[in-house]
Amino acid sequence: MSRELLFEGADWNFGTLQRIHDACEHIALNELGLDVYPNQIEVITAEQMLDAYSSTGMPLFYKHWSFGKHFAHHEAFYRKGLRDLAYEIVINSSPCVSYLMEENTATMQTLVIAHAAFGHNHFFKNNYLFKTWTDADGILDYLDFAKGYIARCEERYGQIAVERTLDAAHALMSHGVDHHPGKSKLDLREEERRERDRRTHEEQTFNDLWRTVPAGPGKSASDLTVERRRAALGLPQDNLLYFLEKSAPRLHPWQREILRIARHIAQYFHPQRQTKVMNEGTATYVHYRIMTRLHELGAISDGNFMEFLRSHSNVVFQPSFDDPRFPGFNPYALGFAMMQDIERIVTAPEAEDREWFPDIAGKGDAKGDAMTVLRDIWANYRDESFISQFLSPRLMRQMRMFHLCDDPAQTEGVLISAIHDERGYRRIRRQLAREYDISWTDPNIEVVDVDLAGDRRLLLRHSIVNGCLLEEKTAAQVLQHVADLWSYDVRLEEVDAAGAVLKEHTASPRAMTRAA
Amino acid sequence: MNIVDRRLNPRGKALENRQRFLRRAKNVVQQAVKQSLQSRNIRDVMDGGEVSIPLDGMEEPGLRRGLGGVRDHVLPGNKTFVEGDILQRPRGGAGGRPEKAGEGDGEDAFRFVLTRDEFLNVFLDDLELPDLAKRKLAETEHENPTRAGYSVSGSPANIAINRTTRLALMRRMALRRPNAETIALLEAEIADCQDDALRLALEAKAKALTARVKRIPYIDPVDVRYRRFENEPKPVAQAVMFCLMDVSGSMSEHMKDLAKRFYMLLYIFLSQRYKHVELVFIRHTDRAEEVDEDTFFHSPATGGTLVSSALEAMQAIIAKRYRPDDWNIYAAQASDGDNSYSDEVATARLLTEAILPVSQYFAYLEVGEADREFSSRSALWRLYERLRADGAPLQIRKVSHRSEIFPVFRELFQRRQGHERAVT
Repeated sequence: MSRELLFEGADWNFGTLQRIHDACEHIALNELGLDVYPNQIEVITAEQMLDAYSSTGMPLFYKHWSFGKHFAHHEAFYRKGLRDLAYEIVINSSPCVSYLMEENTATMQTLVIAHAAFGHNHFFKNNYLFKTWTDADGILDYLDFAKGYIARCEERYGQIAVERTLDAAHALMSHGVDHHPGKSKLDLREEERRERDRRTHEEQTFNDLWRTVPAGPGKSASDLTVERRRAALGLPQDNLLYFLEKSAPRLHPWQREILRIARHIAQYFHPQRQTKVMNEGTATYVHYRIMTRLHELGAISDGNFMEFLRSHSNVVFQPSFDDPRFPGFNPYALGFAMMQDIERIVTAPEAEDREWFPDIAGKGDAKGDAMTVLRDIWANYRDESFISQFLSPRLMRQMRMFHLCDDPAQTEGVLISAIHDERGYRRIRRQLAREYDISWTDPNIEVVDVDLAGDRRLLLRHSIVNGCLLEEKTAAQVLQHVADLWSYDVRLEEVDAAGAVLKEHTASPRAMTRAA
Repeated sequence: MNIVDRRLNPRGKALENRQRFLRRAKNVVQQAVKQSLQSRNIRDVMDGGEVSIPLDGMEEPGLRRGLGGVRDHVLPGNKTFVEGDILQRPRGGAGGRPEKAGEGDGEDAFRFVLTRDEFLNVFLDDLELPDLAKRKLAETEHENPTRAGYSVSGSPANIAINRTTRLALMRRMALRRPNAETIALLEAEIADCQDDALRLALEAKAKALTARVKRIPYIDPVDVRYRRFENEPKPVAQAVMFCLMDVSGSMSEHMKDLAKRFYMLLYIFLSQRYKHVELVFIRHTDRAEEVDEDTFFHSPATGGTLVSSALEAMQAIIAKRYRPDDWNIYAAQASDGDNSYSDEVATARLLTEAILPVSQYFAYLEVGEADREFSSRSALWRLYERLRADGAPLQIRKVSHRSEIFPVFRELFQRRQGHERAVT
């Protein structure tokens, strides 16, 4: 099948975008077998792109000074020409919203439509993490609700009080997610309705008389055993925001709701943090396939295809460790290389691949295509499990990976503990997978105890891994926020594997918040 | 698939977040603006610019791991290493990867660009209009009638003819009032009609129609509508700034330059607060004239010094062009302080009786040579000081160097303390 060129030169209009989308869609659905949310493509300016940058890519968000700070920061860099903007931003929602920059050439628009509107879109819709933890249908409505709710809070309780609560919630966002899908999936529309109903109920049943009724003697909690007390509070609890929302004794209801909003948003973004390599790898692989196919079909001219190859190879460029440009592993490069490698293992395996990957080597579908295997992988893995399963010895050799172990006890220097050879493959793979494991890289902090009957001091514990303590300055600041929310003293212990306390931080609530 | 063009959306969506950020960073931004002002020409004060602020209080902390402990890295691009090699640590010891230049930007300092308006706002922030008790911008002194829909009652002068006839037409159509043509047509038919029986029927019909026309008026009182007006408060949003300057021989170029800078700041300040600011330049020797800006600053003039002449000119111009009810009047006078002794009484009378009652603000700036201290108090200074002591709302300051302009300006416009306001 041969077809006419989709466009010529660099110019495009909305008709061109429509044609490009339709051509990409045809290949994505019929040839690659992707399954996507309906697409919505939005053309935006550089300023709007900067704006999207500063509010975590979402089209609507509540107001907070920190977004203004990020905006000013990005803008300063952009104006000086130090930094380019992304070509697109894509939102995990249904319909799936992709923002395209107006400056992009027609080739670039084709690339980003293939990349975002089909690659990322498929990944969002099919990966198990996104399916379990995010609600693509409800997110935009929920953000709208959050924005309105916070604006109303600001009207009622003052901007400063709301800002203080949000600051604290933001500081704890990385520790405000559930890691274990014990609870049912969030329904964000239901969330919004719940909050509204709760308030109307409160308003309807409000009776000032209750205030005057003397409270009876409270049940003494002293007879509760420590164990029962912990169990009643659900301790230990690693979701700090959840704990504070539910158990902080002196928060106002609206403050709890704000913590809840921050928690939901953190939860929504959590899968993205866990699937950087896979997500970008999928999208890059998809755009590469689609663009190549379009070129084969004669829908893209040779010149435009060269333009695509140039920006594609920029995107998947991986400098080596001693290069001044080295920023760590480029998720696009690693992800794309792995996807291509899997395609090779599926379609043209070698003896080594058959030994390492008996499940997928040579298991392509009837047409000999790797898409069935790849789609299955995209749906069922996250970065950590993906790398520990599918990083092949061949790719490790190709990227010349090695494992560096920096142990302060080793005074002579830094040890090269493994390289890309027979002895090192598995160790390198395990170590690299671990670097992408959020629960390994984020410090593990739990609420372990609180004495509600006594001084109400909250006790947090950081379980130290590899002797690495928390960064002191920021830990103190975050702890201050925790104390402000908790309204009583807070202590954070850093405990190593043997149970020895290596360091303690304490914080007391600030007077201002106490009065609030 | 759906394509949306968002480019047409209103700009400045990020503006509110930015303002929140600036408000939070207010102190440090103010400090930074002050520093950047030292190195810039006052002429450029209207431009924005990049400022760098420390991140104090602007951090967004999170629980992160610090340095130290055992660190493992997998890196790409091995060239010569084999397992078991030991590499020298880079200087500084434990840290693992070498620190790279350019990394960690925005860690302890934060650079960003302030727009012109933001820059000026910060610059002028704690300056406030002097004693605005009389005509504050927000105050609703002036009322203007504005249209506010229709009402069923009102003065005949305000009848809304279009609306009234429209309602009448609607009513006539609804009640099926026969129109003139129908009746005329019927009359013609009757005139032509030969058949008596038919004519009788037609005549009866015509009669009924005429009766109906009489019953249903062309315009009924229920149709009548009047234009409704409501009085809307109209803030006085315009200001006129009088620049008075002594241009006699004793004023040197340096002194004029000082005065000019002061006028500029005053102008910026006013254009921040008012939509429309007009400038009037009055120069005087022993007689005053209104001139354009260029002449005011640059063309020489000779003669004695009579301050009252300038005040007279100002009074005349106010009377002619700037009704005090509509205009906020500001005046700034610059002089080296000379005035003929005989003029004192006239000056004092003009000021206290004619000028000050209508002015928002009257500032007197005494300029001197850069290298000379103000040794004795000048004639004009003594006069104004006396007036001030008697309670006249005058601001007087002395300036002899360019660098003193800004502090003086700030002092002049500083938020007043309660007791001072009570005096003025």
